[in-house]
Formats: sequence, structure tokens, C-alpha cells
Amino acid sequence: MTELTFTLLRLGFLVLLWVFVFAAIGVLRRDLYGTKITARKGRSAQDAPRAAAGAAPSRSAPASAPTPAAPAPTGPTRLVVTAGPLRGTTVPLSTSSILLGRAPSCTLVLDDDYSSSRHARIFPQGGTWYVEDLGSTNGTYINERRISGIEPLPPGVGVRVGQSVVELQR
Amino acid sequence: MATVEPHAARPAKRPSRGAEAGLLVLALAIGIGAYALVGFGLLDEVPEQFVPYSLGLVALAVVGHVVLRIKAPYADQVMLPVVVALNGLGLAMISRLDIGGQLVGSTKEFASRQFMWTALGVVAACAVVWFLKDHRTLRKYSYTAMIVGLVLVMMPLLPGIGQNINGARIWVNIADFSLQPAEFAKIAFAIFFAGYLVTNRDTLALAGPKVLGLQLPRLRDLGPLVIVWGASLAVLIFERDLGTSLLFFGLFVAMLYIATERFSWVVIGLSMFAVGAVVAASVFPHVAARVDVWLHPLDPEIFGRSPGGSGQLVGGMFGLANGGLTGTGWGQGYPRLVPYANSDFIYTSLGEELGLAGLLAILVMYLVLVERGLRTAIGVRDGFGKLLAGGLAFVMAWQLFVVIGGITRIIPLTGLTMPFVAHGGSSLLANWLVIGLLLRISDNARRPSSLPVRGQVAAHAAGPTSGSQPVAVGSRSQEAVDAGEARAAVGPARGGPSQDHPTQVVRTDLPENAEGPMTGATEIIDDTERKNL
Repeated sequence: MTELTFTLLRLGFLVLLWVFVFAAIGVLRRDLYGTKITARKGRSAQDAPRAAAGAAPSRSAPASAPTPAAPAPTGPTRLVVTAGPLRGTTVPLSTSSILLGRAPSCTLVLDDDYSSSRHARIFPQGGTWYVEDLGSTNGTYINERRISGIEPLPPGVGVRVGQSVVELQR
Repeated sequence: MATVEPHAARPAKRPSRGAEAGLLVLALAIGIGAYALVGFGLLDEVPEQFVPYSLGLVALAVVGHVVLRIKAPYADQVMLPVVVALNGLGLAMISRLDIGGQLVGSTKEFASRQFMWTALGVVAACAVVWFLKDHRTLRKYSYTAMIVGLVLVMMPLLPGIGQNINGARIWVNIADFSLQPAEFAKIAFAIFFAGYLVTNRDTLALAGPKVLGLQLPRLRDLGPLVIVWGASLAVLIFERDLGTSLLFFGLFVAMLYIATERFSWVVIGLSMFAVGAVVAASVFPHVAARVDVWLHPLDPEIFGRSPGGSGQLVGGMFGLANGGLTGTGWGQGYPRLVPYANSDFIYTSLGEELGLAGLLAILVMYLVLVERGLRTAIGVRDGFGKLLAGGLAFVMAWQLFVVIGGITRIIPLTGLTMPFVAHGGSSLLANWLVIGLLLRISDNARRPSSLPVRGQVAAHAAGPTSGSQPVAVGSRSQEAVDAGEARAAVGPARGGPSQDHPTQVVRTDLPENAEGPMTGATEIIDDTERKNL
């Protein structure tokens, strides 16, 4: 065999190695970019065709509170768990109150040794939302201050119940 | 807030595994092509064994592929091809060194034995995938695994079967087979750490005094871990095997860190190891010699030293230099000048004949393999699987670092083997077992779950929620328990200690995928969540 054949075979093998590497990375690419990131508002159908990059701007729109897209501050639309085991869970707000606690009958059932079975209630009255501690053992906190009785709850303010933090969002 | 899901929105039918088949064809082309080029380079014709060798390699790959199609259709599609390619490269290089030796009159023959171990490894990995229905079964055997691991580590010390080769007492000789039990011990220890830490991580992470901003664990929580740490030290002292000791210790620290998310463990681990290393270097002459070789390999005095000289290391470095950017080509270099060119120093053999371009391709293959392991750990839903996959992937990366770091003078040289490539039956078999386990876990991780995704449930199910209606997520009491585990899998909550937490109960009898449904993606979405909140 000639020197040229050797060189070609030698370089060809290196090319083969890298072709394999890039083919493998091509498969991985689907793992990296092929995931869709959906906003947790049940709008997965609309966001579905967008890839990770495209989803970024659309995702921030419904989540962040003061956006130009939604200028009408008609009050919060959902309750979001922002910390604790159920983080990410959202509860749409209606006109009825939301009960937090360990009891299965609560609207948001917290699996938390530090919450009472009927721990706190979040309810609307006259267009404003209020939070009420229902005599819990470990207390309900707003900004690390233990509340007693009924307090108004503006959107974006976290309420800590045991290890979980919930807040109202628009 | 956002959640990450696979693109093909939970495929209902089994994936075809076409990507794996395609990559396997390329991987086989690499293995077989390398073998053919070895022949061309050394003998000007294809090697004698070319046809049986090629058919055997193809058969093994096909067996692996078919077993995965039948038993683990959702398993990762990249791991098997990458491993087949690496194994093929290793076999080709070992054959090349054999043939090179035969040309100058040596009769030593390692390749056929290595091929036999490859076959055994593929069969073992397939057996793991075939018979192990659910990796959580292994959790029941956590403490058994610890004992098995300790026995394996101590085996070479037993008189009669233990063998002392080149000053290191890490081999056992059973029925004509020479084995390195430590290679298997690393799997046993990974299983033990995963099982132990998934039960105890809350206590390890949260209980204990805080010193200088580091959360220190309580002494009594450390018992089993100290035993294993002692075992790794014993390896260092009595078996004189730096590499294995480093391997166990790295595994130990990494898995603690994965389990508890406490940086203090890394600090504690590194300082413990630093102390151990300094003491070892000053007490044991063989360790001190390694350090000398590492720091001053080109010193004439150290180069010429009879036991513990730097000739091997320097030879390897010259080999790499001779390879240059694109290498000399298969069969055109002089890798045989380096002692143990087919096992400990196969990296420089490959570097000489494939060059930097080839070496980097090989390293990227390992990177892909480790990435797939870690991705599996992120994707799998139960804490035990996360720890096991994370630990196994880490130990492979760590082993590679210790080997290549030693050869390229980043750390002192230790005697570990390059996974899948280097000659050595135990290493090959053990690493194929690791791949079998990772494939099994990844199948469980990627299999579509019948349970809804957390977070989305609230949005869909709670549409017309009235105040008294429970939200689906929180209302399932079983789920509530699992959510606790899910939280623990992501990292212990900073809120407070929960020593009486349900995670403490060892539960292995759960139905498939019954544990916290969104554990996998939670880690990914953490940052975006914070931004958007």
C-alpha cells in the first residue's frame, strides 16, 4: 500500500470517529433542545410547537406580575405555591375561599408536619383577598411575622404555612 | 414557572430505537475499521482473525440491541453505541499491541481473552436489563451490598487467593482467572450508598451543629459511612492501591454531595483526603515515589530509579508527542515501548496512533456516556434511582479522570484502568454491569408515566374549583407521602429538620413510577421558576 493510501485511511478513521461523536451528539440535541417548556397555566396546547428558545419570552409574560401585556389590575387570578414540597402547584381563584391544611378536605392539601389539619383560609371580600389563621399550632406568617386573625393579602406577598409558601398572583 | 417535558408529548407507542441502531452501525464501523487498519498498518493485509472478530462484534451489538428492544424499549439510545465503539477501539489497540509483539517474537496474546471478557460483559449487561425489572429492587439489598463490597475489597488480603503483583495486592486468583474484585466493589458500594443515603439524607443534611457556615453532620449519623471510608483507607494501606482508594473515596464524597446538597461534605471529604494523602506520602515510600515521579519525571535520578522510576510515564508522554495532532496511524507508532501499553497506558498508545484528534473524540465519547448517566439521574423519579445513576455515572467519570490525570501528570499516577478500553477482564465486566444498570434505570426514567405531571394537574383539574373541592395534587394521600420523597430527592428543604419524615421508611414495594411524579424536571426548572416568580 502506498503512503497516500495510509494517510487517507488514517485521516478517514479520525473522520469516522468524529462522525460517530457528532451523530451521538445529534441524538443528544433532541434531549437538550427538543424539550418544550410550558407555562404552568394549562396553556400547553398553545406553547407546544415552540422550542426552548422561543418559549422564553412567552413564558415570562403570564408569570411576572407587572407586564404591559396585562395592564388591567383586576386582582389576582391564582394562588401559587412558591416553596415547599408542592412548589409549582397553582390553584385558580374563584369567588370562594381556599382552605390550606393537612386535612384531605382542604383545597390545597399540604403534606407537612408543621401545618395543622385546618391551618389557614384565604378568601375574597369586597374585591380584596384576606388570609385568616384558623388557630393553627405553628402559625401563619407574612414576611416572617406571625399573623393573628384576619389580614389583607395583596398579590405577590408570600404567606408561609409550615414549610410551604403560597402567594396570590395576577 | 415552567415544566420540562419530552418533545414527543409522552409517546404512546414504544420508541423504535432507530437512533440506537444507526449509531451502532457507526460504532461497529469504528471497531471493525480499526481492526482492519491494524492489519493494514502492521501486516499489509487484514488480520487473520478479521472475519470471526467482525462477526463476533456485530453479533454482540445485535444481541444488546435486541435485548434492549424487548426488555427496555425506553432506555437511553446513545449509551450502548458509545460503549460498543469504545470497546471496539480498545480491542483493536490490544490486538495491535499483540500483533506488534508477535512481529518481534513475543508470544503474549491478550486480545482473544479481552474479546471473551467483552462477550461476557455484554451478556452480563443484558442479563441485568433482562432480569432486573425495576432498579428499586436493589434498594432492599443496600446493606447486603455493603457487606459484599467490603468482602470484595478485603478479598485480595486473604492468603491463598490474594495475589501480589508489582507491589499492589489487588488481585485474586480463582480457578485460573485473575480478578480485581475492587472493580465490582465499586458497584456494590454505589448501591449501598444510594440505599443508605436515600433513607438518611435528611438527617445527614439537617441535623448537627453549624460551624463556620458549614452544616456539619452529627457523629452518630456517620457510622456506616465511616466504615466504608475506613475500608478505602485500608485499601490504600494494606493493598497499596492508590487508584482504587481514590475511586472509592471520590464515589463516597460525590454521592454524599448528591444526596444532601451540602457543600460541607465536599469540604470535609477533600480535607480528609488531603490529610490522608499527605500522611500517606510521608509514611509510605511507594506513595512518595509516585509523587516524585509526578513532580519531576524528567529528573535523571528519578528517571533511572529502578523500582518506581518515571520511565513509564515519560515513555507515555513521548508517545503522545510522537502522535501529535492526527497520530501516526494504526500500527505506525511505537506504543510497545511503554510498559503496560495495553492496560494502564492504553491512553498513550491510542494517543500515539490516533493523535490528539482521536483522543479528543474518545474523550467526548466518555463525556457523552457520563452525560447520559447524569441525565438518567435527573430524569428518574425515585431518590434511590437518582443516587444510583448519579453515583455510577460519576464513578465512571472519576475513574477516567484518575487514569488520564495520572498519565498526563495532572495528579500522581495511580493504577486504574480506562473503562471499556484498557485490557483487564474485571474492569470490562464491571463496567458493562454498570452500563446494564444505567440502561435499566434510564428505561424506568423515560418510560411514560400514567400519572399526571405535578403543577399541570392543578391547572387542568382545578378549572371550576369551588372552595371545598380538593385540588388533585394534594388530595392523593399516597401522593402526599411521595411528594415528600420528591422533595427530598431534589434536595432537602431548608425549612427544618424532619427526622420523622416518611422518607425514613424503606419502601421498595411501590408500583412503577408511583413516586413523586415531577422530581425529574424540578431541578431543571428551578432557575426559571425563581426568575419568573
